[in-house]
Amino acid sequence: MAKITLQDIRHAYGPNPESDEDWALKKLSLDLADGGAYALLGPSGCGKTTLLNLISGLLTPTEGRILFDNADVTQASPEQRNIAQVFQFPVIYDTMTVYDNLAFPLRNRGIGEKEVDARVREIGKMLELDHMLNKRASGLTADGKQKISLGRGLVRSDVNVIMFDEPLTVIDPHLKWVLRSKLKELHHRIRRTMIYVTHDQTEALTFAEKVVVMKDGQIVQIGTPIELFEKPKHTFVGHFIGSPGMNLLPCTVEGGRAVFAGNPVAAANAAAYKGNGKVLEIGVRPEFVSFGAQGIPVDIVKVADAGRYRIVETRHQDHSIKLLVAEGLVLPTRQAHLQFDPAHTQIYEDGWMVS
Amino acid sequence: MNKTVNQKAWFFVLPVVLLVAFNAIIPLMTVVNFSVQETFGDNVFFWAGVQWFEQVLQSPRFHAALGRQLLFTAIILLIEIPLGLAIALTMPRKGPWVSVCLVLMALPLLIPWNVVGAMWNIFALPDIGFLGRLINGLGIEYNYTRQPFSAWFTMVLMDVWHWTSLVVLLCYAGLVSIPDAYYQAAKVDGARPWAVFRYIQLPKLKYVLTIAILLRFMDSFMIYTEAVVLTGGGPGNATTFLSIDLQKIALGQFDLGPAGAMSIIYFLIILFFSWLFYTLMMKDEAR
Repeated sequence: MAKITLQDIRHAYGPNPESDEDWALKKLSLDLADGGAYALLGPSGCGKTTLLNLISGLLTPTEGRILFDNADVTQASPEQRNIAQVFQFPVIYDTMTVYDNLAFPLRNRGIGEKEVDARVREIGKMLELDHMLNKRASGLTADGKQKISLGRGLVRSDVNVIMFDEPLTVIDPHLKWVLRSKLKELHHRIRRTMIYVTHDQTEALTFAEKVVVMKDGQIVQIGTPIELFEKPKHTFVGHFIGSPGMNLLPCTVEGGRAVFAGNPVAAANAAAYKGNGKVLEIGVRPEFVSFGAQGIPVDIVKVADAGRYRIVETRHQDHSIKLLVAEGLVLPTRQAHLQFDPAHTQIYEDGWMVS
Repeated sequence: MNKTVNQKAWFFVLPVVLLVAFNAIIPLMTVVNFSVQETFGDNVFFWAGVQWFEQVLQSPRFHAALGRQLLFTAIILLIEIPLGLAIALTMPRKGPWVSVCLVLMALPLLIPWNVVGAMWNIFALPDIGFLGRLINGLGIEYNYTRQPFSAWFTMVLMDVWHWTSLVVLLCYAGLVSIPDAYYQAAKVDGARPWAVFRYIQLPKLKYVLTIAILLRFMDSFMIYTEAVVLTGGGPGNATTFLSIDLQKIALGQFDLGPAGAMSIIYFLIILFFSWLFYTLMMKDEAR
């Protein structure tokens, strides 16, 4: 187990990076506490797998240092770093049995057969593979194979960190949920640092204690799922997390108040605005918008039933505003007024939350 | 579940049945025709039954040729398969050298077989050939037209030069198709290079190796052109393989009956060994 520190890391795949686009990962620093459950979340190509491979040692950063418990491991191999990694597609050793697959990382490190046997049986039981330990690994289903990959990561008791690179991509939807709960349960049980890479917000938010949101090779926000939901630091986070995403409306700030298309709007951070941004926007999640007797006048455009609530799309001039209405509540007809919850309405300046 | 029965489907298979018939079955039947009859020309045939088969199977000459053939093929497989695999493993996976290596490897495969024989014939001549002069210069007596061992040595060397590339290319194609994640997982699991080979590369190469073994078995078992051009079956009968012997019986002695019987036996041997290799290599899949 270890605390992981990334200091001023930058990475480029090609030689001699010059322009901004050459950097797959722009300069970033990150601290991951010992025993935490982290998720790296972002769209495809945002650099999250690069970051993961830098931590595991499959890649060496172009610039910067990586520390495990304050010891520099920047040049160390994955084996020396003593980490475990589960890949997107299940990697199993076809010719071996399930048992031998699980024992492989231990045997490679010269651990005695008695201890190997004890560990393999323990992990086999934990992952519910115990009844098929003597079966050949190639005969298993995709989720069974991914369990083996997972097991090979868990079988060593001394690993510094276990990393998951979109491990549920090839798993059937109904088994995804099962494996995800299993992972969460395992983390509670063994309390080892885990890093989970995904582009699926549900996976990230259910698994992680802290989520690192990435975009274009940069970290946009690090926070608990609740922080990401209630106080997105960047409009990208507001849009990427949540379904539907945050409403973004152009605004101006006049005398410490936000004004959207002529309507004054109370925002939590209006007082903090110093007045130097080029693009100003109001961000408010559909969860924090409601119908009221007065407020911003809107037309109702579309109502979509999502089960326990309805997604209502409204329009004020050219601007679309979405809100969630619990089932059973009566919708106003035609003309309506919207109110924003001031505590959860933020002003964004060039994409970043004003603070 | 009920299966649909539709006899009309046979109609659609007919073209391919006709093709296979004219392409393989009918020519083969003419050989069968010769193998069970006696003829003195003029299209007059007498029934001979299994007489020619008995004669061929009991002939020491056939036994000797078959023995030489089996030995030659065994040597070829034992050298070319491991060597081809080893070369494929050392070839680069990325960069400008990939195409250079691939072209160099493919070159021997592009040379017509009789040219290969002629090249090696001259190359290995003890008096004017580079190889022959070199070996004799090292103090080793070498003359492939007189010494059976030298003839075999030259023949094996020629075949290895000509055909190892095929094994290399097949194995290389198999190797580059292994996803990177396997190597990365092996790194994380702390696997040594031998373990990577034994548990990742070799199992993933199983199918291409099966194909390589089958192709090299069939080709080396039927070797004719290169051997005829290089040694003509000599010195004596030292390099008279089955195909050369068959040619001598059929066209040299014009013994069409025994030649027909021998052709069929030859064909069945190849069929048997191909089945054997395939079954052994694919044994694990059935489980």
